[in-house]
Amino acid sequence: MATTKTKPEAKLGEDLGLSRDDLLEMYRLMVVARAVDERMWVLNRAGKIPFVISGQGHEGAQVGLAFALRQGHDWMVPYYRSVASLLAFGMSSREIMLAQFARGVDPSSGGRQMPGHYGIKERNILSVSSPVATQVLHATGIAWAAKLRKTEQVTITYLGEGSSNQGDFHEALNFAGVHQLPVIYVVENNGYAISVPMSLQSAVEDIAIRGAGYNMPGVIVDGVDVLNCYAAGKEAIERARSGNGPTLIEAKVTRLTAHSSDDQQSKYRPAEELEAEKGRDPLPRFRDQLREAGMLDDEAEAQMTAESRKVVEDATDWAESQPDPDPVTAQQHVYADSPPARMDDPLWQGTRFIGDGGPFGVLGEEG
Amino acid sequence: MAVMTLIESVRDTLAQEMRRDAQIVVLGEDVGKKGGVFLATDGLYDEFGGDRVLDTPLSESMIVGVSIGAAIAGLRPVPEIQFADFIFPAMNQILSEAARMRFRSNGAFACPMTLRAPYGGGVHGALYHSQSVEAFFAHIPGLKVVIPSTPYDARGLLRSAIRDDDPVLFFEHKKMYRSVRGDVPEGDYTIPLGQAKVTREGTDVTLIAYGLMAQYALEAADLLGGEGVSAEVIDVRTLRPLDGETLLGSVRKTGKAVIVYEDNRFGGYGAEIAAILAEEAFEDLDGPIVRVTGPDVPGVPYNHVLEDWYMPNPDRIANAVRRLAAY
Repeated sequence: MATTKTKPEAKLGEDLGLSRDDLLEMYRLMVVARAVDERMWVLNRAGKIPFVISGQGHEGAQVGLAFALRQGHDWMVPYYRSVASLLAFGMSSREIMLAQFARGVDPSSGGRQMPGHYGIKERNILSVSSPVATQVLHATGIAWAAKLRKTEQVTITYLGEGSSNQGDFHEALNFAGVHQLPVIYVVENNGYAISVPMSLQSAVEDIAIRGAGYNMPGVIVDGVDVLNCYAAGKEAIERARSGNGPTLIEAKVTRLTAHSSDDQQSKYRPAEELEAEKGRDPLPRFRDQLREAGMLDDEAEAQMTAESRKVVEDATDWAESQPDPDPVTAQQHVYADSPPARMDDPLWQGTRFIGDGGPFGVLGEEG
Repeated sequence: MAVMTLIESVRDTLAQEMRRDAQIVVLGEDVGKKGGVFLATDGLYDEFGGDRVLDTPLSESMIVGVSIGAAIAGLRPVPEIQFADFIFPAMNQILSEAARMRFRSNGAFACPMTLRAPYGGGVHGALYHSQSVEAFFAHIPGLKVVIPSTPYDARGLLRSAIRDDDPVLFFEHKKMYRSVRGDVPEGDYTIPLGQAKVTREGTDVTLIAYGLMAQYALEAADLLGGEGVSAEVIDVRTLRPLDGETLLGSVRKTGKAVIVYEDNRFGGYGAEIAAILAEEAFEDLDGPIVRVTGPDVPGVPYNHVLEDWYMPNPDRIANAVRRLAAY
């Protein structure tokens, strides 16, 4: 190896209490998240999954902000770009891939939801829906319950800057501010709400200043700077855990892909901008930091790349090989108790003539 | 056995349930020290404190959205929307989130909460304090919808709603809060959700209603009784899940059905009942299915003359039954 192992003056991450292993784990999570994410788009182009929505460019902020959470204790209320956040909170690549293929054993929804709508009860990861910012209130409710029940659980939730214009965002922050709840609101600001730029989305340049209106710190972090994100996340987590209230964090990130697989971002973003934004990719930045600190060399990097490839191959092949859900499962879990009458009315299938009798048992004696 | 008004029954039942289960929390606008604008939560703040009886900001979406999160984290919220007319800012949370949480997570997450709201006209509430909103919610799989018409039912149904593991909308008719009194036994009885009740037996026509209209239907049946028309009255009580068997059993016996609801006629909840009767009991019917409803104007007007014009009443119901009985 050609690397000269010059000893760094101050060890990277030392001031934050992060060991070399911690830093490499953070980088590994980012590498795996990117590899899983890229595979989704390949699968989409190959015609294997009809839809992709993901988070390339957001990984630095996502891993940094989530790394100090307590897995299995704290709550994560994600959104559809949270691939790296979820991996950092313990969700596996296989579980992520099951959601892409919408297989029957998909723990997020059993194949009911579009890809990107994750959620695993056992990991305290709340189910994602498609209406934006609704989850911000759910996170607030979870945090309110945690405060009342004195569980010392911290809830972190994520949304895009576009969603921060929804009323639910403001109603949530207001309630959390009134009650100083143990919750962290992360706005991942990639500059675009699908195609609408910040200048048309928001009257203020920085979403973080909205925190002031709700009596909570509003912190801006550069999503390219993973350790800066970690520091902000750690501080917010400690603030919440110690009963000192909520934090609004705005992570300035870049969206390296289109909004989703149904979007063509070259239509509304200039080519020069797209080219320049590649320089805001958090992966090479963190990689360079680790290399400069002597924590990552060619060999280790090659090994990590090979391992992440293996993880993605395994997750993809395994998830793809799982069976589709049985159609009869589609009427399950509407209610906790038995489905109400008419749930399986054969009228829907055209197999019963009106007047034949039916789900209410009218067919009865003379039928 | 105590005699109570409908609102006393609601209030007393809330207090009993909160004593039984420490995870139950009440939240809404003015529900705390004031005890609610109708006093449905009066006294709860003093007994259970501000943590469990919470005055919220004026944010309906927040009230419901926070309740969803709290329910997921193990509490059993009983949010109040001050008037059913003001529930619409929370529609997205109710329809997209609470109703769909269990289904979309393949049974992993649930929203056990009872959303209470006063509804209905006849109280000089005009367009925005009189609405009947049940049809919007009864339409959505994943939600349960309950409307009691007696203090006895209010207690038994509210207990079932609070103990239910799914989101329940519990609508209380404002005009009945203090005008309806009845016996309410001491014991811990419940009325299962999904059971209609035959409140008066009859042979000629089946009258189907809920809420204030269930009371009016009984009054109409009394009027008709003196004329030799025998009306059977059914109080639906739970709009979803609907007790189809009881409705169909009665209609098969009488062959005639009048459905009464206070909401606008077009697309109202009773239209679904009419469709079910037509689909399932076509050959048992001796006449057209008839609806007595509010008119299709965008609200109950304020002036008493206009309001009276809007509201279905026992006379109108009796007229419809008379015509159908003679068909």
